[in-house]
Parts: sequence; structure tokens; C-alpha cells
Amino acid sequence: MMSELKKDNYNYKVIRQFAVMSVVWGIVGMAVGVLIAAQLMFPALNFDTSWLSFGRLRPLHTNAVIFAFGGCVLMATSLHCVQRTSYARLISDKLAAFVFWGWQLVILLAAITLPMGYTSAKEYAELEWPIDILIAIVWVAYAVLFFGTIMKRKVSHIYVANWFFGAFIITIAVLHIVNSAALPIDWTSWKSYSAYSGAIDAMVQWWYGHNAVGFYLTAGFLGIMYYYVPKQAGRPIYSYRLSIVHFWALIAIYMWAGPHHLHYSSLPDWAQSLGMVFSLILLAPSWGGMINGIMTLSGAWHKLRTDPIIKFLIVSLSFYGMSTFEGPMMSIKTVNALSHNTDWTVGHVHAGALGWVAMVSIGALYAMIPSIFGKEKMHSISLINMHFWLSTIGVVLYIAAMWIAGVTQGLMWRATNSDGTLTYSFVQSLEATYPYYGIRLLGGIIFLAGMFVMAYNVMKTISGAKNADTRIPQPAH
Amino acid sequence: MSNALSFYIILIVAINILGCVALLYFTRKKKQSGEQGKTTGHVYDGIEEYDNPMPRWWLWMFYITIVFAIVYLILYPGLGKFKGVLGWTQISQYEEEVAEADAKYMPLFEKYAAMSVKDLQNEPEALQMGQSIFANTCFGCHGADGRGGIGFPNLTDDDWLYGGTPDDIMYSIMEGRKGAMPAWGSALGEEGVSQVVHYILSQNEVERTFKPNLVDEGKVKYEAMCAACHGKDLSGNTAMGAPNLKDTTWLHGGSISMIKDVIENGIQANMPAHDKILGKEKAHLVTAYVYSLSHSNDEQSKE
Repeated sequence: MMSELKKDNYNYKVIRQFAVMSVVWGIVGMAVGVLIAAQLMFPALNFDTSWLSFGRLRPLHTNAVIFAFGGCVLMATSLHCVQRTSYARLISDKLAAFVFWGWQLVILLAAITLPMGYTSAKEYAELEWPIDILIAIVWVAYAVLFFGTIMKRKVSHIYVANWFFGAFIITIAVLHIVNSAALPIDWTSWKSYSAYSGAIDAMVQWWYGHNAVGFYLTAGFLGIMYYYVPKQAGRPIYSYRLSIVHFWALIAIYMWAGPHHLHYSSLPDWAQSLGMVFSLILLAPSWGGMINGIMTLSGAWHKLRTDPIIKFLIVSLSFYGMSTFEGPMMSIKTVNALSHNTDWTVGHVHAGALGWVAMVSIGALYAMIPSIFGKEKMHSISLINMHFWLSTIGVVLYIAAMWIAGVTQGLMWRATNSDGTLTYSFVQSLEATYPYYGIRLLGGIIFLAGMFVMAYNVMKTISGAKNADTRIPQPAH
Repeated sequence: MSNALSFYIILIVAINILGCVALLYFTRKKKQSGEQGKTTGHVYDGIEEYDNPMPRWWLWMFYITIVFAIVYLILYPGLGKFKGVLGWTQISQYEEEVAEADAKYMPLFEKYAAMSVKDLQNEPEALQMGQSIFANTCFGCHGADGRGGIGFPNLTDDDWLYGGTPDDIMYSIMEGRKGAMPAWGSALGEEGVSQVVHYILSQNEVERTFKPNLVDEGKVKYEAMCAACHGKDLSGNTAMGAPNLKDTTWLHGGSISMIKDVIENGIQANMPAHDKILGKEKAHLVTAYVYSLSHSNDEQSKE
């Protein structure tokens, strides 16, 4: 019998809100990405309008996909997972609503101020100080909501997915507050200057930047993996022991990796070396998550044939393994001397961002959406399958094009004639890159097309859905 | 770096690396537990966890990266003040690579440095080298073809702000040039600027018709304020980089409004010094190449 009492049910409302907005912001963020990829081929597409120029839309793209799309996915999945695995309703509906509407306000302000040119000029932390303060408040509310629910749990242990979500929430709060410390030029002005200067500012920025990758785009999405992969596969996690070791090793070692963004710079040699060696040690802890995810499926491989959601999850883990191998390699000084400032870096980021983050998110959303909207399954399984192939082809085209473009650029910039002069001028390396920008644009368009397929499928699934309030079961013992 | 900071860095590096080793050592489990597929007993929303050992190949990979890290930190700087056994620094790496390149390429550069710019006009290899350097160092302002743009001189037209002899060009590259056209807007007033522009254009090669009174007023003002640099006959002065105003070259734009803008607001132009960037041997080759841009036709027509 369904209980009439709210406290006996899970809070699915905030999850439904975040899930729907994930799809919306995914389309917006990726569409801006497609536009700026097109601008690199056809610069006239900025229409001589300042707020459509590449320099302003590029941070809009990164903020929209990371913090709007990725953020909504992480909040939807973490608040879903924490309730289900703790057998507890979120501690406060009002706080949950505040987190949802507060986060949407942050996104809206970003979408207005970035095209207007307000920026702190820190990569992935471009938003100016008033928005930074709002982010900090909403984030702390999110942390209270998450950890408060964990404290209410009806099982003695905390499930591994929640360790990863918890590490992600705490660390992002620390990173954001430290890196965004700035002095406004005036309390009525949006303009501020960083609290740090010179090489220290650069180091703080990349300590933030790389840990945003490590704790937001890695730990957070590993939390998603640890809940939705065993759930969807119907299999136990492969190794509890491995999850403990790779969790602690991952969060300890990731903290050190930032300096590999600053090789051969004014950063002292010792800091560069530490950034490099810890990035290499990071390979095994990173792969621990991939092994645990993929091995969880062993014994259920046949599901790959029939369940495209599993395909999304498994392929995302493969891209995760690939880009967490590529990252340590690129952190080696001699490799970095070739790859730095080339499109190889852009390709590497997208192998992680599209191949891992977006695909695991899409898989999790497809797995979650029917249950929170009270449906058996998604409207169309074949459309999920179609989305899977669009995503996979899109990512492969994108990263292959950027690898070739990046290595070409790196080799052309360092090529010398027999007399010691440089063989190529910069513009020649751009000419050589041009065709690959076309392939990248095509890959992006295909990936975006998949998101539209998803939006249609989600719309069909949730239209006419009754809001499913699921009663909290008793933990099994 | 203070000793305390150095000690702190070494300490936290050691805690992290040795902590990983300890974590692996204490959690390793050599064999699969007797019962295949034994779980930990926890159940979360239907999810269970096997108690499988960590894959051996994965553990080995972890250990190898740790050994690599320790060896690397012995050889290279990283542990606080400890410089590493190899004594490597990024500055020393740079200096060694430059020294190596100098040893390899300097003889060729010196050979050409000993020849005059005019003689180098008959050395295609030298001109090619000059072009390569130009294409990577100078193209940003002067364009890949040397034709410049608004505010950036065209180097192919044999019209020179600071003189076009090899010595003049070499000086421009090595020491740079600073052009300073003062702003005359407040001294002349709007009408005065207009008068001066009309006088200047009346003296230009390009024939136009003007209201005579504007030109006459302009001549008086020109001679009082502009002639000191640009010359009474408007032919300019290469000693100070004051442009010739009679010809059709307008570095900052030749429309009436653009000329007015320059007179009203002035121009601070800056060709940066390249002696530290190129050195005199390379600058010599760039000089030869730049010289060739406006002289190659003469040479050919003489032949």
C-alpha cells in the first residue's frame, strides 16, 4: 500500500527537475560548442558581433557543458543515488528546491554575463565574483542536503558511489572558494582581480583546473558509474577491495597533478616534476574505476546486445580508460613539449568530456528517467540505440581529427630546416589543420544530433507521466 | 626556498607515495577466496559487492609507476631543495639546446654575416633563410608577404620612413623605432585640423580641387606646426621617421577622416627592438631579405 505520508517516500521532484534540465542544458552547451567549432572554420560566423565572438562563446560553451549539463546530471544522479542507497528521503524539500533554483540562476547569470564579456579570465572559473558567491552558497546547500541525507541512512555502511559523490562535493567547494578569491575593483563593479599574483596565481588556477577535472569530471561521474552500472547490469560490484584502494589513492594523488599544465613555465622546476610524477602514479588509481565498472558486467555480456543503456555505460568506461591513460602520458615533460598548446589537448579533453562524462551521463539519465517518472522504460529503446551510435561516431570523429591536427601542429612548430631556421610559419600550421577542423565540426554536429534524439525520446517518455512517488523500502538484511 | 618549506614538501610527498604503497600492501589479497563469488554482505538498493582481490597486473602497474616516481625524484628536482642527481633545470636544458644549435648553425650564419647585404642579394640560400626568419618573427605585423597594413609599414615598396639603406634597415630591426606624432587636436581646433588636411592634400601627387581659403589658412598653420618634422616641402624626414606627405603612401590611412584622426589624436608607433630576439647574424639575414623585397626587380632589370 502506498503511503500518503511524504516522509515515507523518496523526494523525486528535485531529481525530475534536474534530469530534464540536464537534457536542455546539454543541448544548449553542445550547440554553442558546434557554433564555435564552425567559427574556427568560418570566422564570419561571429557576424561581427562582440557577444557572438569566439573569445566570449568559448567560455560559455565550457561553462554550459561542465556546470550546466554536467552539474544538473551530477545533482540529479547524486540525489537519486544517495536516497536509494541510504533508504532515506532528502532531509529537506525546501533546501532541495533552493539547490535546484539556485543552480539554474547561476547558469542563467553565466549565460548572460559571459557573452557580455564579464570574465575573471581563469579557465573553467571565468564567472565574476558576485556569481562566485552565489555558487558557493548553493554548493554549501547542496553539501548539507547530500551529507544530511547520508547521516539519516538506515544501513550502517555508506555505499561506494556516495564516497565519490561526497569527495566531489567537498573538494569542489574548497577548490572553488580558494581559486575564486578576488578583490572587486569596486563593490558596484563586476570586475575583480585575483587575490594571487604571477606564478602563484597560475599554480592556484591549475590546482583548481586539474582538480575540477579530477573531482568534478572524474570522481563525480565515477559515483554515477558505481550506482548505475551495477543497477543496470543487475550484477554485484566486481571488487569492494579495489573500490576502497582506488578511491583513496585517486583523491590523494589527484591533488598533485595540476602543475603538469605549467610545464616549461615560470613555475619552479620542483613543482613541475612533482606534477608530472604524481600524474603518472595517477594512472593506476584512475583505471581502478574502469576495471571495477567493466568487470562488474562480466557474466552479463549478453546484455550488451539488447540493452543500449549498458552500451552507453560500457563505452563511456572505455573512453574513460583511454583518456586517463592519455593524460598521464601527456603530463610527461617531453610529450608535453610536443602536445602543449596544440589541438591534441582539445582532443584529449573531449575524449574525456564527450566519451566519458557525456556518455555515462546519458546512460544514467536513460536508466533513471523512466523510474522517477513512474514509467516502465523509455519510450523507445531503438532511439536509445540510435543515440548510442550517433554519440560514438561523433566522439571518434572528433578525437581522431584533433589527434591528427594536434600532432601535426606540434611537429610543424618545431620543424627546422638544415640551416636552423623554422620550416613553417604559424599560418601554414593553421592551413594544415583546416580540414581537421571540418571533421571535428562534423563529429560535434553528429553528437549534438544524438542529443536531439534523446530530447524527443525523453519528452515522449515523460509526457502524461504521473509523478511517481516511490515508497522507501526497508533495507534488506 | 626555506629549509622548513623544503622539509614540508619532502614530508608530504613521502607521506603520499609511501601511503599508496602501504594502502596496496595492507589491502592486497593474494588468492581468490575459497568460495567463488562471495560478497561483502552489504546490500544497497539491491546492489551487492564481491570481495574479489585486486587484479595482479593492475597492482604491478601501480608499483611500477611508484618506482618510476621515486627514481625520477632522485634524478630530477622535485623534493624541495634537493636538486636531483642529474642537476637538471629547465633553464640549463634551454641553454644547452641553444648552445648546441649555435655550434651547428653559427658557421653558416657567420659566413653570411661577413658578406654585405648587397652581395647577399645573389645568395638564394641566404635570402631563403632570411625569409624563414621573417615568416616566423615579422609576419604578425608586416604580413607574410611583407606588405604590412594600416599602421604597419609595407616593406616591398621602396618607400622608407627611416631610410632604406642596408644599415638603416639593420638598425630598425636591431634597435627598433619609436614614431611619435603628437596630438594637435587641441592646438589646432577642429577647423584648424580641417585646414591643414586640405593644405596637405593640395600638395599631394594626387590632384584634387579645394576651396582656396581653406588651403591658404592650412598652409600658414602647416608651416608653423608641421614643417619642423615633415619639412616645408612635405617630403618628410627619415632621420626622425616623419613620413613624406606628398606621395600616395598613407601608413595610417589616406582618407580625409583618417588623416584628420592622426592629426587630432597623434600616433605612438613602436617597432620593437629585435637584437635580443634575433641576434645580429639573423638580423643581418632578415635585412638582406627585406632589402630584396624592394630591390629584386632592379637587379633583374639591370641584367
